[in-house]
Amino acid sequence: MVKENSDNWLLRVRGLTKIYGEPISNSIRYTGPKFGTNQCPETDAIVACAEIDFDLNHGEVLGLVGESGSGKSTIVQLLYFDQEATSGDVKYRGFERGDTNLLSVSNQKKRYIRNHLMGMVYQNPRDGLNFKFSAGGNIAEKLLMAGEFHVGRIRERASSLLERTEVPIPRMDNVPSSFSGGMQQRVQISKAIANNPPLLFLDEVTSGLDVSVQAKVLDLIRTLQRQLGISMIVVSHDLSVIRMLTDRTMVLKNGRIVEAGLTDQILQDPQHEYTQLLVSSLL
Amino acid sequence: MITTEKFSRSYNYAFIDETTKKEIRRKILKGVAIPGYQVPYSSPEMPISRGWGTGGLHASLSLIGPNDTFKIIDQGSDASVNACNLRNFVKRMTGCKTTFDTAEATIVQTRHRITEEVLTDKQIIVFQVPQPEVLRGVERFEFKTRQMHAEADYAKMWVSLYESYVKFGAIMRGAGYPVKVNKRYIMTPSPIPRWDVPNLSHSDTLHVFAAGREKRIHCVPPHTLVEPLEFEDIKFRVEEFEGIRCSVTGEGDAFMDEIYETEGSRKHVINDSNFLDKLREGPRPHQRLFTNPQS
Repeated sequence: MVKENSDNWLLRVRGLTKIYGEPISNSIRYTGPKFGTNQCPETDAIVACAEIDFDLNHGEVLGLVGESGSGKSTIVQLLYFDQEATSGDVKYRGFERGDTNLLSVSNQKKRYIRNHLMGMVYQNPRDGLNFKFSAGGNIAEKLLMAGEFHVGRIRERASSLLERTEVPIPRMDNVPSSFSGGMQQRVQISKAIANNPPLLFLDEVTSGLDVSVQAKVLDLIRTLQRQLGISMIVVSHDLSVIRMLTDRTMVLKNGRIVEAGLTDQILQDPQHEYTQLLVSSLL
Repeated sequence: MITTEKFSRSYNYAFIDETTKKEIRRKILKGVAIPGYQVPYSSPEMPISRGWGTGGLHASLSLIGPNDTFKIIDQGSDASVNACNLRNFVKRMTGCKTTFDTAEATIVQTRHRITEEVLTDKQIIVFQVPQPEVLRGVERFEFKTRQMHAEADYAKMWVSLYESYVKFGAIMRGAGYPVKVNKRYIMTPSPIPRWDVPNLSHSDTLHVFAAGREKRIHCVPPHTLVEPLEFEDIKFRVEEFEGIRCSVTGEGDAFMDEIYETEGSRKHVINDSNFLDKLREGPRPHQRLFTNPQS
């Protein structure tokens, strides 16, 4: 397990754990890749992820890869406060100079962090967008939460974001349900970056899209990352997405990190037997 | 034969039993202490169905005493069926004096209007509220709306106003325009027209909003800041009756009803019936008028 000790970290995660059901002291000890399960043999509690340690540096793109059920989505959902962590310590440079554990602050502060300092793009646009509101309204929601109450300026900002993500501006006032899947995903990205967050979570963003649209969305994300220098955590089961976007990768299995390192290194020279299987099964 | 006095006794004063009246008064006090916060209350059974003014009755009957003078209006009118029936009921149950005169009343119960004539610090106005939850239109789950109020998370409300502007070029809320009370809670002023909304702010009167079906009471105490939600560039506006005169009195500057004649022509009449009567008989009563910002 690679533990970075550099002082350049933006997000520092230590011992992040999420257990569904009734955990006992042995729940963590008897689950994990060694046992090939994440279900506690005694109480049937599900250890979605346990003892996750990592640092995310400024401007870095970190990949989370693993089979379904390995806990990769849970990690970003815990970091974005969509779910409540069982235990752990998360520090974020952008919030109170990184001295506070984000998991223990009040809901109001959590919402502030979500709206001002983080962005999230979900696999399913229905999770990230409100389909009753127009595309512009969805972006406006983020801006309103950040205290922008000038309709003219909101619309200017929304149209510049949509232009950047190549959504036709005349369709700004249409509801996302009238958009194609790729367009919905691009609206979601616009919404996520509306307040210039230094940190962005991407949860299987391209999984539901056809290959040509996938390439366009990935290209967009890469361009935005270069232009704005956003740090990202990219969750994917698709190694080609990981190869294209990320600098560093963590491989997860049964809720634990089994291997971490530079993306190229992991893909060229996988050490853990599960990673080897994953890389060799790449079509 | 078993005899009981229970059924020979007439009703308790003001219909509701004393314990429940005390409970409602305490809930009103709590509402006064937290302006704009919806306080759950018991909403006891009344001889009319819930949602037909029971909330207003609960509040009025728990506050009323033999020395009070009671006035009740329904959409500005003292003479509508709902107002007449509730007035008769309150009179029978309390024996208190009833009036049409806004200035004379100590308790004014209202459905969907505030009187044109300014109310004083000697008066209480009680609103019959159909839907106390201002966020219901944007969030259907009660546990969610409570959480949103607790955390002052009003983004969805704001987006719905933004959407309304984008779709229609104006914030299309005819009645029940959302307001922020004392810079904290967003509440619905019950479906009063926008014309009446500015009169809630810094008024001398206690406003009690009671919803019987939804079992909620919220209040705006006297001298409390009440701001309609508006954007920096899209301002709140009241209804405009420019160049329109009341066909009965010839006066303007009041909320008007639009009446269509059988041949298709239309005329306007001042909505507040007591205000109209007073205009016909004597000097214009004191009003608070709001001027729309320049567009």
